[in-house]
Amino acid sequence: MKKPEEELAEIKSMMERSTRFLSLSGLSGVLAGLYASAGTGIAWYWIYFPYSAWGNESFVLPFRELLYRILFLALAILVAAVASAFLLSRRKSIQKTEPFWNPASQRFSVSLFVPVLLGGLFSFSLLHEGAFQLIPACMLLFYGLGLSQAASFTLGEIKQLGWAQLALGVLAAFAPSFGLLCWAIGFGVLHIIYGTMMYYRHER
Amino acid sequence: MSVDLQAGYDKVFDNVLRLRIMSILMVNESYDFTSFKELLQVTDGNLASHLRQLETAEYLQVAKSFAGRKPLTTYTATATGKKAFQDHLDFLGALIKKSKL
Repeated sequence: MKKPEEELAEIKSMMERSTRFLSLSGLSGVLAGLYASAGTGIAWYWIYFPYSAWGNESFVLPFRELLYRILFLALAILVAAVASAFLLSRRKSIQKTEPFWNPASQRFSVSLFVPVLLGGLFSFSLLHEGAFQLIPACMLLFYGLGLSQAASFTLGEIKQLGWAQLALGVLAAFAPSFGLLCWAIGFGVLHIIYGTMMYYRHER
Repeated sequence: MSVDLQAGYDKVFDNVLRLRIMSILMVNESYDFTSFKELLQVTDGNLASHLRQLETAEYLQVAKSFAGRKPLTTYTATATGKKAFQDHLDFLGALIKKSKL
């Protein structure tokens, strides 16, 4: 028989690996942060230039045109971020010879994407109703909720990231003029910070 | 090893694969055959034989159904199995405590 300490470690590792999606790639978090930062830079240029991101809108572009551009930009960032996360996490799972699509990763995906999809839908309703200033808050809050739920099924860092997004969401809800800035910090800076942390802790 | 400690030793957990299977079932409501196979990286035959032994010991329950056209076999730990696993954990804890004395 093995040593009892080893046997306990074995049990613990099996419990973790069967309930948590451990192949979530930190590198993809960094990439998502970079896309979001670049995207908010462009959005700021379109909406506010030459004023500051929390100042007056500059109204250089006609309203409809601006709306379509921002929508397209947001969708492009979303697709690029999700694709990077999918591809890099799959690569990590192959390297670690961990299963990629198993009960743990399914639970992780459902608990993250159900709130995120509903948040997306709700953002569209805000857009439809003309409450643009609340959209960053809405996205941050639903994303934060998704992350803090999904955190039970993946690496522990995600819990803190979720709470940070929620805090920024509340801030953006009560100070909507800082919405774009909060969005840039939440989806850009925080992703880069947490992605780097996860990369150094779990991927090297 | 003293007599009372040996009494707590469960032979079902002698095998590392059976121990791993029960560890997984302790923290998952149920788990299916294919997911076991992928996570544990073992052959069908080997896995099936150990699952059968756990079933014979009444440590787990088998449920067969279909996911579309594919057969889906899921396993759930029974109350007996959970109790036995907990006792085994206590046994390991006692061993560690004893070796530290």
